[in-house]
Amino acid sequence: MIDPRIFGIRRRLKGIKKIYAVASSKGGVGKTLISVLLALKSKEIGYKTGLLDLDFTNPSCHILLERNVMDILPEENKGIIPPKILDLSFMTIVYYTRDEPLALRGSGIDNAIKELLTITRWINTEILYIDMPPGLSDEFLDITSLLDNVDVLIVTTPSILSIRSVEKMIKLFRDHVYIRGLLENMVKEHDIRGDKLSEKYDIEYLGYIPFMPDLDKTLFNENIENILKNRFDIYITSILTRLLK
Amino acid sequence: MVHEWALAEAIIDTAIELAKEKGASKIKKIIVRIGVLQSIEWEILRYALDIMKKELNVKIENIVFEEEDVRFKCGRCGYEWGIEDLDEMDEVREAIHFIPETVYAYIKCPNCGSPDFTIVSGRGVYIRRIEAIK
Repeated sequence: MIDPRIFGIRRRLKGIKKIYAVASSKGGVGKTLISVLLALKSKEIGYKTGLLDLDFTNPSCHILLERNVMDILPEENKGIIPPKILDLSFMTIVYYTRDEPLALRGSGIDNAIKELLTITRWINTEILYIDMPPGLSDEFLDITSLLDNVDVLIVTTPSILSIRSVEKMIKLFRDHVYIRGLLENMVKEHDIRGDKLSEKYDIEYLGYIPFMPDLDKTLFNENIENILKNRFDIYITSILTRLLK
Repeated sequence: MVHEWALAEAIIDTAIELAKEKGASKIKKIIVRIGVLQSIEWEILRYALDIMKKELNVKIENIVFEEEDVRFKCGRCGYEWGIEDLDEMDEVREAIHFIPETVYAYIKCPNCGSPDFTIVSGRGVYIRRIEAIK
């Protein structure tokens, strides 16, 4: 049996100049927040930007974008056109699950990824950020195997648990996946650890974001564009400048 | 309709690639297996394929469709069931049409209530066979 989606996916994505998979073997490092902030900043500086939430069992990007996506059904035109949310072309499985809980085994995840990538038309998209779920399972393997034009951005925190975890990820994948760089999140008192890891494996250290103890409260009370402007702008701008050079 | 066009593109792309690999000048026959869960409109898919063949100048003599029934199997109690008529789930049919795995958000095992079941058959669209001429 031949799965025709494999070729369909390449066609769908070949027109995008840059695809960044924001990934980490470690959970809770801030991938979703970083994906959303990078996407918003890219859009702000003039790139036509897309954002794909590939975490099907715990989708979160729409929560940060503050959108009740149950009201939205993507337009259909020889494929699904990602709706514009805060001027980002945003695709999430939540448009189809209505935010109902979704428990999936690996084969289900693999199929859902292939389906979504086959039917989504990223019209006029220059940069696409993919918010990856944690781990090195079907999602990471699919994205790095199905796409030959994806750059992986690895997110870590200074915690020994995270550093050891992503080190294994780098060792396993660096010879067959393009690791564009390492980002470090939740850095306290300038106690940076990721730079040494980057140096050890000859990966670019793209920058860090400091730990913000009241961030959870801020996320409840403010919208994400204000949060980017007031709390993260200098850090995200620095990271993006290195990323896009 | 959207899905049919996307799938037609994917089928044609696959046919082109495989024909190149085999050094074939023409494709005699493609057999496409279509799972019922995806609610594909066969006539729209055939129409889309015809348009794309012309646009991309691909020679395919015959495209045959085969339907595959839906069967689910519970991972907890082993119960098996089907969806005899997808109209029973009309309100979520559209979501499942786009991404069949969203069915896991809407149904559970009718026997034990578990969300841990497998779509044993009827899920997707596959090319079962391609016959090419060199």
